[in-house]
Amino acid sequence: MSAPDQYPSTWRRPPQIVTDRRWRLALQIGIVVYLVLAIGSVEVNWSRVYEGLERGQRFIMGFLQPDFASRWRDISQGLVESLTMTLTSTVVGVAISVPIGIGAARNLAPRWIYYICRAIIAVSRALQEIIIAIFFVAMFGFGPFAGFLTLSFATIGFIAKLLADDIEEIDETQAEAIRSTGASWWQLVNYAVQPQVMPRLIGLSLYRLDINFRESAVIGIVGAGGIGATLNTAIDRYEYDSAGAILLIIIAIVMVAEYSSSYLRKFLQ
Amino acid sequence: MLKLEGLSKTYKTGDPALSDVTLSVPKGQILGLIGPSGAGKSTLIRCINRLVEPTSGKVMLGDVNLVGLSKADLRRQRRRIGMIFQEYALVERLTVMENVLSGRLGYVPFWRSFMRKYPAADIQRAYQLLDRVGLLDKADNRADALSGGQRQRVGIARALAQDPELLLVDEPTASLDPKTSRQIMRLLTEICAERGLPAIVNIHDVPLAQQFMQRIVGLRAGRVVFDGTPDQLTESTLTTIYGEEDWHEMRRGDQEQQEAEAEARDRMAALAK
Amino acid sequence: MTEITHYSQVWTHRTPRKRLLLWGGWLALVALFVWCWQLMNENTIWFFVADAPRQAADIGGRMVPPRWEYFPELMQPLWDTINIATLGTIGGVIMAVPVAFMAARNTTPSATILRPIALFIIVASRSINSLIWALLLVAIIGPGLLAGIVAIALRSIGFVGKLLYEAIEETDAKQIEAIQATGASGAQVLNYGIVPQIMPAFWGISVFRWDINIRESTILGLVGAGGIGLKLQASLNTLAWSQVSVILLLILATVVLSEWVSARVRHAII
Repeated sequence: MSAPDQYPSTWRRPPQIVTDRRWRLALQIGIVVYLVLAIGSVEVNWSRVYEGLERGQRFIMGFLQPDFASRWRDISQGLVESLTMTLTSTVVGVAISVPIGIGAARNLAPRWIYYICRAIIAVSRALQEIIIAIFFVAMFGFGPFAGFLTLSFATIGFIAKLLADDIEEIDETQAEAIRSTGASWWQLVNYAVQPQVMPRLIGLSLYRLDINFRESAVIGIVGAGGIGATLNTAIDRYEYDSAGAILLIIIAIVMVAEYSSSYLRKFLQ
Repeated sequence: MLKLEGLSKTYKTGDPALSDVTLSVPKGQILGLIGPSGAGKSTLIRCINRLVEPTSGKVMLGDVNLVGLSKADLRRQRRRIGMIFQEYALVERLTVMENVLSGRLGYVPFWRSFMRKYPAADIQRAYQLLDRVGLLDKADNRADALSGGQRQRVGIARALAQDPELLLVDEPTASLDPKTSRQIMRLLTEICAERGLPAIVNIHDVPLAQQFMQRIVGLRAGRVVFDGTPDQLTESTLTTIYGEEDWHEMRRGDQEQQEAEAEARDRMAALAK
Repeated sequence: MTEITHYSQVWTHRTPRKRLLLWGGWLALVALFVWCWQLMNENTIWFFVADAPRQAADIGGRMVPPRWEYFPELMQPLWDTINIATLGTIGGVIMAVPVAFMAARNTTPSATILRPIALFIIVASRSINSLIWALLLVAIIGPGLLAGIVAIALRSIGFVGKLLYEAIEETDAKQIEAIQATGASGAQVLNYGIVPQIMPAFWGISVFRWDINIRESTILGLVGAGGIGLKLQASLNTLAWSQVSVILLLILATVVLSEWVSARVRHAII
């Protein structure tokens, strides 16, 4: 140890992630160039935006003073469609997901079944709900039935994937113990796998119920029924107070669903 | 230098953790605080720099009573008190140098600390301290890349960077192996001697306390039951301090530690103001 | 062990009461399902449903072969889509950070007023899909990229805010205490004690959200908020199914690529 002035008087924080100076510079320049190009490509019609401010204000007012009454018939119709769609699609989706999920678990299914099930999951996950809804509406006509099919299909990708991953991660020793008793494949699933993944399956289903409701509010925009169609009409007609009411209802239902599903999960475990 | 007068602390749960502690520490003295877990050692040390708010009593640092100071004044006074923690409490994801420089936070304006542009004197001093604790070559390493003993050395350098007039040391060796423990204790006592720094050291290891401390205070259930030199610490005085160490006491200890931490956490709510 | 006949011959997995409850629960679920099903399908025209396979075959037939000449026309909208997602994510993250600090129990300036407001912002943003935000914004500020960017940003606040405030609440209190003990001011404690601890979570969450936003921004055009969805809408309106298949393949490729990038970046950070 020597006198303080023997030591360097400056210190710079060493870079943590990209340590090479040239790479860092290139990266920084790259980011700046991208941002300039990206922001430059956004054409904004400012006079239109300015006009819109007044509408925005009206929308916020509509949100603060929602009008539930004047379109109540449409709103209640949309809500009933959304809620029934949510429930039926979750039930059907989960029911279909269970065999697919088991089939997509490497430790339970033969190779060829595994690949088929994983392919179904991949397709379901890759496509947006909205895009699926467009196709189903084109095939099955407008209305909640197309929405029900859309949400069921989307549920399969979600539940089956997580279920399969869960089954693949089960405690192998328990499965081995059951297998060593001479149990058949069905008994194995029933005794070794089911108890381990059941709580999580219930949790996932409740979570998916929540997601399906949120999605049901969207797919109506392309004609698949539900509250989304009502909302779309309200916005098209510039009835912001009705739109505000619908949004508030959606938020409230999501909050209730989130709260009660966490309660239910605690209760079931 | 430091005078505690009638210091008491009762937690929200109603447990009295400290009752009527009066103590004075002169300049340059290293005081070891021993006692069973749950005796109030952690609470006592945290009441001094008000990481835990004392219920009543006075904490006189020089001429200033720390109890009842406003938030800004308290910050100014905290600069004078360096603290070294159990399990180091370094900011794991910052570099060693940043950890040492964080000891200067009370002295520099926000923009300097934010830009990491500390005054040249602070940086030289930080390097000097790192050299003193033998970690000059680790300045640019991240704190979570160091071993336990090295981390505690950084903790010491951080406390010293404050230019403190008093050191509070909370179980400095609790998570270290015996050999490293001795090295850390030696370093601490040497540094205190070099600067004539008074220190209060919480320590659960009695032999270690006897080896390194000049004065020992025994706490039991929040009260001072022994105050003397290490060689006055006999078998019988140890029994008065520790009693028959049973599980009940140990559990209470954990609880007290948790309460102290919980309260410190609550007080973090004041942060963003 | 005594004679085997001493033991009960009946063993049940659950007590009768529990079994009753379980069966009751299942029965209620089935009844609810049937009821919902009927309510939902009151207006369903089953003729259309029966006709679906023919329609599907028809659409499928028109989708292949994809009209590859359409591909170059999609480059500009694709660029727009990526910009919507990226700029929207940046905007959303910038707005989410203060919300997260207001919502976290250990950093909120006021637990009685600001915290509930922050939590409401998070829930509101999370429960409303970006397509609905886009629908509103197109009506308010007119069609175009800006509406898409703002929609993505508003939707991201809730997601980023929620995950970030949970990360803030999980920070190690000891490290923060140590910084406080040096006499640091509130802002300095934030900068030295809390921010370094949440940095990995922050980057992970942002990149993850960017990946989701790429996915969501591909369809915003359906309601007029710019990007490749505009082309999708136009092709659907003219029943140009062979163009639709090109667009869908491109969307699929983009999504897969962005997922890969996001996984790589997150891996590099953590």
